[in-house]
Amino acid sequence: MKLLYDIIIVGAGPAGLEAARAAAPGGASICIIDDNPLAGGQIWRGGPQQQKDSRARTLWQSLQAARNVTIMSATRVLYSPAPGELLVQRDADAAGTQRGQAGFRAAEVLRYQRLILATGARELLLPFPGWTLPGVTGAGGLQALAKGGYPVAGRRVVVAGSGPLLLAVANTLKARGAHVAAIVEQAPRSALARFAFSLLATPSKLLQALQLARDLRGVPYRHGIWVRAAHGEGRVQRAELSDGSQIECDYLACGFGLLPNTELARSLGCTVVHGAVQVDEWQRTSNPAIYCAGEGSGVGGVDLALAEGRIAGGMAASLPAAGALAARSRWRRFAIRLAETFAPRPELKQLADDDTIVCRCEDVTHGELKAHASWRSAKLHTRCGMGPCQGRICGAATAALYGWQPDAVRTPISPARAGSIIATVTETEETTA
Amino acid sequence: MPDLISISVNGARIGVTEGVTVAAALALAAQARGSVGATRHSVTGALRAPLCGMGVCQECRVTVDGRAHVLSCQTLCREGMQIEAAQ
Repeated sequence: MKLLYDIIIVGAGPAGLEAARAAAPGGASICIIDDNPLAGGQIWRGGPQQQKDSRARTLWQSLQAARNVTIMSATRVLYSPAPGELLVQRDADAAGTQRGQAGFRAAEVLRYQRLILATGARELLLPFPGWTLPGVTGAGGLQALAKGGYPVAGRRVVVAGSGPLLLAVANTLKARGAHVAAIVEQAPRSALARFAFSLLATPSKLLQALQLARDLRGVPYRHGIWVRAAHGEGRVQRAELSDGSQIECDYLACGFGLLPNTELARSLGCTVVHGAVQVDEWQRTSNPAIYCAGEGSGVGGVDLALAEGRIAGGMAASLPAAGALAARSRWRRFAIRLAETFAPRPELKQLADDDTIVCRCEDVTHGELKAHASWRSAKLHTRCGMGPCQGRICGAATAALYGWQPDAVRTPISPARAGSIIATVTETEETTA
Repeated sequence: MPDLISISVNGARIGVTEGVTVAAALALAAQARGSVGATRHSVTGALRAPLCGMGVCQECRVTVDGRAHVLSCQTLCREGMQIEAAQ
């Protein structure tokens, strides 16, 4: 049995939820799939109803009230077995309460008329000596972990890398009782000053920045500096900075900005340009039945994601998306200023030494990789990119370090249980027999 | 006040607040030993702990109720859950 929906949305972050809200009034049957146990994506992690941002709560209320919207949490898309179909795997452990319930199926084929990809972004993590030590995390990574109950109270944390996310991360950690020893921003002072001035164009962001500055009073903010190495016995104990100074810490949360998640789009044949899914003015990808909204079509933050979600949802349901086009233009300009300000500096590509692991799944070092001319050659000879993350971390790292381009995406796009695939193949044979 | 639930980490019982992730439970269990909650051994035997926090990097995978390769950062603790992780 295959479940049929008019619209399937992959990703329950702001873009995906807003797309569902925009599409719902037309009466279409809508299913939102998300791999986390709770909706909200990264920015509204822990559930939209729990957020300070009132937009999250209102959005969630209207979706709860809509009878034609189903949310499948703890569910991962594996691949598309046929056009208009997605094979999904439900995590029986994450969705523990579902398991054993009547009708629970660990894998399922879902069919759609229209698909909206709202797959969000991940962090750009660049290798430096010691980055594999326990306690070294992404910047948004530690924020996400802390929101899931990861203990940070009383811990010394260095938040490093680049982008306004560092401030939000420091704020979350501080609110949870962490001692933020420093925020280390690689962007130079001149770029930050220009960016701060440009915030006058977006008063809501200016207000947010001032609020953050007030909350983070007393936390040292260093700019034009970056983490050169992490040191410690069995876990991170010190961060060594590019100015030669060292800061003691229990956690080093380091991320260099965000990268669109494009694996599903690529596996569906959608065109990806400069790392983001290409969309037209209606958020439609190169495949007219597939839309993309939010960070997947270019990183720009929650406001841009909401505008794009509204457009994509409206279009997919053939409803007007009034007002969203102007908002999108405004937030796209903001996104360009962000990208310019926080572009990673060339020195960050020189941090790995020969012993530094670049591919963390297969423990392949910079020394082994630098001899290779391409991603393909490195894969074949060293297994770089062939572990369970499927190149999601080392792909971006090797693109930055060596300028390599990744191969076509391999399916299933996430590690899958053999049973999920076998069950579907058997089912397909039954229906075609 | 959220409820406390009882789980087991490498055979030792601990109580955690309902709603916390398995990754958090491992870190809480390790706290007493003054260590970071490791999750797995890398292919060359080094201890690893969560990195991306959002289900991408696969560093946080552990065995939950006998099932291997469960992502601890995306899995919520549940009463009676048995977690096996590297230590």
